[in-house]
Amino acid sequence: MEFNIDEVAQLARLNLKAEEKARLERDLGAILDYVKNLEKLDTENVEPTSHVLDLENVCRKDEARSTDAATKALEHAPCADGRFFKVPKIVQRD
Amino acid sequence: MDLIRFTLKEGVEFAKKEGAQPLLDAFTKRAAELNPGINAFLDFDNHIQPRRLDKSNLRGWSGSLYGAPVSSKDNICIEGREVTCASRILEKHVPPYDATVIAKLKAADATLFGRCNMDEFAFGSSCETSAFGPCKNPWDLTRVPGGSSGGSAASVAADMTLAALGSDTGGSIRQPAALCGVVGVKPTYGRVSRYGLIAFGSSFDQIGPVTKTVEDAAILMNILAGHDPKDSTSAPRPVPDFTQSLKRDVKGLKIGLPKEYFIEGIDPEVEKSVRAAADLYRKLGAELKPVSLPHTEYSVAVYCIVAVAEASSNLSRFDGVEYGLRVPSKDLREMYFETRNQGFGQETKRRILLGTFVLSAGYYEAYYLKGQKVRTLIRRDFEKAFREVDVILSPTSPTPAFKLGEKAADPIAMYLSDIFTVPANIAGIPAMSVPCGFTSGGLPIGMQLMARPFDEATMFRAAYAFEQEARVYKRKPKLD
Repeated sequence: MEFNIDEVAQLARLNLKAEEKARLERDLGAILDYVKNLEKLDTENVEPTSHVLDLENVCRKDEARSTDAATKALEHAPCADGRFFKVPKIVQRD
Repeated sequence: MDLIRFTLKEGVEFAKKEGAQPLLDAFTKRAAELNPGINAFLDFDNHIQPRRLDKSNLRGWSGSLYGAPVSSKDNICIEGREVTCASRILEKHVPPYDATVIAKLKAADATLFGRCNMDEFAFGSSCETSAFGPCKNPWDLTRVPGGSSGGSAASVAADMTLAALGSDTGGSIRQPAALCGVVGVKPTYGRVSRYGLIAFGSSFDQIGPVTKTVEDAAILMNILAGHDPKDSTSAPRPVPDFTQSLKRDVKGLKIGLPKEYFIEGIDPEVEKSVRAAADLYRKLGAELKPVSLPHTEYSVAVYCIVAVAEASSNLSRFDGVEYGLRVPSKDLREMYFETRNQGFGQETKRRILLGTFVLSAGYYEAYYLKGQKVRTLIRRDFEKAFREVDVILSPTSPTPAFKLGEKAADPIAMYLSDIFTVPANIAGIPAMSVPCGFTSGGLPIGMQLMARPFDEATMFRAAYAFEQEARVYKRKPKLD
């Protein structure tokens, strides 16, 4: 199987513990083998289904309404400063 | 009179006359006694009340539930009350708004009672992946309640609440309902707003009721269903009064039995019980017909790709920045990686990795696009079958409740326990589980009814006729 767990974990922004890596790799290999069953089906001329409703471009009026959700969200943030979420430095200076 | 034995309907009638406080006291006592053993609730409390609940104040009620306690799965946001998805990464997160279903329950004057245990982020069929310990099956505490809405189903089965909400992405309401011997409804995709439901597979997820009776489910569906401008996938369709479809009459109703759902590997007692239900329908005047849903065997594979891809995308928002857990790190990148490492459990990591892989460059067509195409084939199977029949009858789950730990080591075996429930999510059709019998060992068996899109009314009609005739729901687990 072409599955490289370290590469995929990087894409998923996920550190893995050394002891869980082998098992996850084995499980994911098995699941990918299982879904290979789908290759048996000819889907050449089949349209994909992305969702089941016949709704397109659902729009609503762009009306301003007052809400205190932003204030409340900041109250429970892991780290906030005034009106902002605070995070560690993004650009490192060497 | 034992108040905890009430159905939702009986509880509401009681509250209307006597006030809801005696009910809340009874359920609080019951939950305090049983929850340490069953672990169905992550917490429960009865003080979030906008009004006093004594008799003198009944005129203040405008809603139809009169303060009756209803519980909700812990992936549905209630303003000001912790929501965790049974995950460490969201522990202590307090949402700033109500999910639409919660706003509707509040408007109906429900008391929001328990926060129900679940598989972490609804990833699982046994409630064992909860970061706060597994929930147990009230019929046998060594067995799983099913999942992912295991806490919702177990709390209703154990009379710890009058009713509960669950969410269903691949069977997460119906399979635990079957394993716990209660009623569970997955509405048509788009029937109930998903606003405020923490997303798993956005094109599959639906919120629905878990109840003691079909009538209770119809009562809750009347409250929950309807178009919501806050959810762009909510259907702008009129909603019928579902309680009007509860007539004990199935004469002339065409019920399909899909041959692909009665296969090798299904527990013989489950098969026997569901076939007996078919015989009962025949006796009541329904017309039973064999139907074929030839792509059934591919549904779990489609689900493993498409729902899991959606999940990996939805869970990218958990990065330690805005809510929940943050693992302090020297830079932003390491904060993302380490917060997610420490915050997510094994099954969640497995699904994030799988979903990320099938969406990654070079693999999209072979997996995700292929999965969406087979999704079309599965939808067409149902469209064809529903030209012949009004509802489809099958087992909900191939087996009764399995032992804790029995399938935890084998993800594919666990995923296959949803083989009969996943197709309804893939096709977006309504489906429900109704108790239909017991194994010789005393474990509940559930049957599944599926119907045409937005035809929950016919599904309820079929479910009610069976329930009132068979009266399986009268039997209760021995917990006292």
